[in-house]
Amino acid sequence: MSAPAICTRDVTRDFQAGQQTITVLHGIDLDIKAGEMTFLVGESGSGKTTLISIMCGILWPTLGEVKVFGTDIYDLPDDELVEFRLQNIGFIFQQYNLIPAIDAASNAAVPLIAQGMDRAEAREKAVAMFEKLNIADQADKLPSQLSGGQQQRVAIARALVHEPRLVVCDEPTAALDAASGRRVMDLLREVAVAEDRACIIVTHDNRIFDMADRILVLEDGKVIHDGKTMPETH
Amino acid sequence: MIWIAIRMLTGDPQKFFGLVFGIAFSTLLITQQLTIFVNLLNLGAAGVYNNGNGEVFVMDPASVTTDVTYPMPSTALDAVRSVEGVDWAVPQLRSAAAVRTAQGDLEQVVIVGVDDATLTGMPKRLVEGDKSDLRTPDTVMVDDVGATRMFPGLDPMGQVLELNDQRVVIGGITDTVPGFASTAVFYTTYSRALRYIPGTRNRMSLVIAQPVAGITPSQLVDKIEAETGLKGRTREEFTRDGIDFIIANTGIPFNFGITVALGFVVGVAIVGLTFSLFIRDNIKQFGALKAIGVTNRQIRKMVAAQAGLVGFIGYGFGVLATVGTMWAFSSNPFFKGFFVPWQVPLISLAAVIVILALTALLALRTVFNTEPAAVFR
Ligand SMILES: Nc1ncnc2c1ncn2[C@@H]1O[C@H](COP(=O)(O)OP(=O)(O)OP(=O)(O)O)[C@@H](O)[C@H]1O
Ligand SMILES: [Mg+2]
Repeated sequence: MSAPAICTRDVTRDFQAGQQTITVLHGIDLDIKAGEMTFLVGESGSGKTTLISIMCGILWPTLGEVKVFGTDIYDLPDDELVEFRLQNIGFIFQQYNLIPAIDAASNAAVPLIAQGMDRAEAREKAVAMFEKLNIADQADKLPSQLSGGQQQRVAIARALVHEPRLVVCDEPTAALDAASGRRVMDLLREVAVAEDRACIIVTHDNRIFDMADRILVLEDGKVIHDGKTMPETH
Repeated sequence: MIWIAIRMLTGDPQKFFGLVFGIAFSTLLITQQLTIFVNLLNLGAAGVYNNGNGEVFVMDPASVTTDVTYPMPSTALDAVRSVEGVDWAVPQLRSAAAVRTAQGDLEQVVIVGVDDATLTGMPKRLVEGDKSDLRTPDTVMVDDVGATRMFPGLDPMGQVLELNDQRVVIGGITDTVPGFASTAVFYTTYSRALRYIPGTRNRMSLVIAQPVAGITPSQLVDKIEAETGLKGRTREEFTRDGIDFIIANTGIPFNFGITVALGFVVGVAIVGLTFSLFIRDNIKQFGALKAIGVTNRQIRKMVAAQAGLVGFIGYGFGVLATVGTMWAFSSNPFFKGFFVPWQVPLISLAAVIVILALTALLALRTVFNTEPAAVFR
């Protein structure tokens, strides 16, 4: 049995709201495996985004430990954590956050360019990724010239172009109709899930729950369900 | 990443041009105003520049500049000539006078009487006529800027004027640096100047002297001062005196200081505001880059590249615009001989760098304060 891709121990996160301290996550212990698609579901405000942010190294837990592929990421010095994210993590943001002034392929190539790869070479790899996503013909277009769905595929390409070992994705289907949502999920399963890669998807879209390999339900900052399918009550 | 930074900036043409405009405008204002400032101050030394020869100026200890002199007795000339190390020394008379033009207008002018024998004290170049024409009876020569002002639309040559009841004829036009007071300057011989200007026993304003080879002007100044009790100044010192007099006695430094400061403040305001708007518009993208794993060092370089590009283009346009305006005004006689001292573009460059550094630091603070976790919200 191989070690888990992500391992959280007693992860707790507080936020300061004025005088009050609110605890958003209460001692989360999770092991997440590579090679499958893990859904993080729960009602609005249950702490999904907070948890995924902590698991991918962009939000410090108040307490607890997070290991990503064996590395205790919050034990790293700041600049090493940044470098760790650059090498190991692919992000798919809900709002895509593409850079409007550069074309689609360059946008998708950003992680490689940031790693120091030559721009032309990085773009080539991005275009290769576009082929898998069926948007190779859009490579030279600016984000504003693409449809929302195409922009999302560019964002997916950007998350995968540098072959990260962990892919995180916040609400990929929130803005899509049921059919498009399923298509994107199929696509993600096809390109993002791999033997040595963990893929975590935050969603509260019940139309796609059947596509998960594992579902974790969060409620008030605690994991209340962990299984292949949703619990009956939902 | 620098390429991405540049594209981010140029991809927003309105802000990009706003930034370039802000820098160009500041550069123009600072460069142009400093240039005019320096040149205006320089006018205070016009009387020195227009003295074609002689490295040492000797005067009464009370005298300050070529235009603020206390007359000396004529024996001062012999006293200077007898100092060892003086190659030659000539007298000069400088005084205000009123002339009446043929049209009957009364004008205030400056009379400069130069050495009869050698004509030393005349400007180096003439626009019209020949220096030796000064020996023709009743002839005076007028400076070019004064000539265009006194005789608009007329040929100054041959114009007859009345100078303290005596008839004078314009027989030449000198090529000179206009003076600060912007009165016309009439050149004549020393002996005739004595006649034109009624006065007291002591009439000599300056003695202009030249050291023999092997003695520096300042050594000669020391000797003359020690032996004659008069005040001596080297050409350089006397130039400086003229400039200092303007600084001490006019509001010019203050007024120009205000405009230059304004150029700086306007630059900071336009550039600072536009740049922070630009950063704010792109904060999501910067946040995404930070999450993906772009280091603060790389972001610093990106912002520096953006500021650098704006500075480079804006400064270039600003300097071009300055040269353009100077060129456009060059036909105005007031601006005759104006030049851009090499220090001025460097000063405005320094101002541009400070403006952009302030702006970039502010922008970086905004970016650094953005939590990468904000991208999921
Ligand atoms: N930076 C913050 N400062 C203060 N409170 C915060 C901050 N981020 C999140 N919270 C609070 O933490 C709780 C959980 O937020 P989180 O974004 O993790 O929920 P979520 O499950 O992703 O909800 P949604 O489905 O609406 O996205 C909320 O009550 C929220 O108000
Ligand atoms: Mg959320």
